[in-house]
Amino acid sequence: MLVIEGAQKTFFRETPNERVALNDLSLVLGDGEFLTLIGSNGAGKSTLFNAITGGFLLDRGSITLGGEDITWLPPHKRAFMIGYLFQNPTKGTAPNMTIEENLALAYSRRKTWPLRRGVSGGDHSFFREHLARFGMGLEDRVKDKVGLLSGGQRQALALLMSTIAKPRLLLLDEHTAALDPAAAQKIMSITDGIVKEQRLAAMMITHNTQQALDFGTRTIMLEEGKIVLDISGEKRANMTVPRLMEHYFHPRVT
Amino acid sequence: MILFAGSLHLGLIYGLMALGIYVTFRILNTPDLTTDGSFTLGLAASASLTAMGMPGWGIVCGIFFGALAGTVTGFLQTKMDIHPILSGILTMSALYTVNLYVLGDRSNLSLLGSPHLFSMAAALFPAIPKDITRFFVAFSFCMACFAFLAWFFQTHLGLCVRATGDNDDMVRASSIDVDAMRIIATAISNACVGFSGAVAAQYQGFADISSGVGMMVVGLASVIIGEVFFGRRSVIAGFVSAICGSIIYRLIVALALKSNFFPAYALKLVSALIVIAALSLPALKGRIQLASVRREAKRHAGN
Repeated sequence: MLVIEGAQKTFFRETPNERVALNDLSLVLGDGEFLTLIGSNGAGKSTLFNAITGGFLLDRGSITLGGEDITWLPPHKRAFMIGYLFQNPTKGTAPNMTIEENLALAYSRRKTWPLRRGVSGGDHSFFREHLARFGMGLEDRVKDKVGLLSGGQRQALALLMSTIAKPRLLLLDEHTAALDPAAAQKIMSITDGIVKEQRLAAMMITHNTQQALDFGTRTIMLEEGKIVLDISGEKRANMTVPRLMEHYFHPRVT
Repeated sequence: MILFAGSLHLGLIYGLMALGIYVTFRILNTPDLTTDGSFTLGLAASASLTAMGMPGWGIVCGIFFGALAGTVTGFLQTKMDIHPILSGILTMSALYTVNLYVLGDRSNLSLLGSPHLFSMAAALFPAIPKDITRFFVAFSFCMACFAFLAWFFQTHLGLCVRATGDNDDMVRASSIDVDAMRIIATAISNACVGFSGAVAAQYQGFADISSGVGMMVVGLASVIIGEVFFGRRSVIAGFVSAICGSIIYRLIVALALKSNFFPAYALKLVSALIVIAALSLPALKGRIQLASVRREAKRHAGN
């Protein structure tokens, strides 16, 4: 469970460029809850992700993940509990390393002794089994360098990498926006399956309003660092794309 | 034959350095200029200790001090946020003083009369020709270093280091400490370079404060020559090709010197030209391709 309380962040404070990025934002996200995050450019969506992953520290407020206060933790220590997927498929994988080496890197990050073998025999069949579920034939290419894969395949691999170590929270930053429609659909259905199966708390930034309503269990809209719309359940089921679009043009009309 | 044996010995000894250069240049993707200083540091430490009658410790200290120098550069690069090239230059420059101190306040030291590992090996097997014992000493050092690196870069920590060089963004979003990985890689690289200097001192029987000048370029030339012959495949293949590249480089140098094609002092210039040619090849290829595409398009436009 992710709990954000009174998050406040101002960039370029006391300069003409001063910008309030997060304005007293509070949010509770339970396990198994899949939240889609919308809002215009500069509304604070990416800033919110950055605050959670530790890209910067909050001016005020706190962030708790799974009962642990992570407000002051450095990014690489938070990453144990957070899976992150970039928009750009090339950002989430190491191109000159093989598929199994990439997976081993992501999978074994919880284990302790750093000088054990990177890819052990047991991991091998475990990885193949996971890759086979994608139906992309990746299970037969575990020794291939990741740079040889297509964008969709790389994103699928990145998705597996960010969830294979069973994080507490999955952050998806427009992770299908750079893919062709068929690949995007495939990645989206894989994402949905993984979130449901692992009962992850997940957040997805998207500019695709249809996608925002089709997937997940809850939708929030940010504007000027504040939550201006928060819908789930029946209210969300009755929401339509045109009505959601209205909120982009006239925010704060909840 | 003497030419070939000498090149093989030198190729293996400087191959240790090429391995170190490969770690920073190809795996970490960050050229490191500490090399010139850390090579002399290993050389100086080894020579001083050999002169004191401790050649074995000379090698150990060469490796250890090299790693220490690398740690300093890595620290400057990451925690102090100084540009990687400048960090290397700073450490290299500072090491000049350290190296003079290690050599005992003089700029060269002869090991004439002091037993060292090569002469000890020769004394141990008097029946075997000297060239062959020398080869085996150099070869076993080189193989030990190769085995260590091949093992290390397959461990979990090794994978983390490789990923850091391969995709910084990915590593930053994961639980790997990027700074620590960079420091570890730079330390390992310079440990290899110090190792190389330490063995070289005992092989040639003297140490000179200016031995390290241009070493980084020699190492780069070896790595690149190796890649010309073996291509760029896995990391282990890369290590093998770096060592082979070093041997080929020494052969080229020996042949060129023997043929009186150029004087000995032209060596560094030739090494630099080899590296420039190899590094600029992709850009030249691209430009030639572009020109031919343009010609083709113009011809079609003309019709």
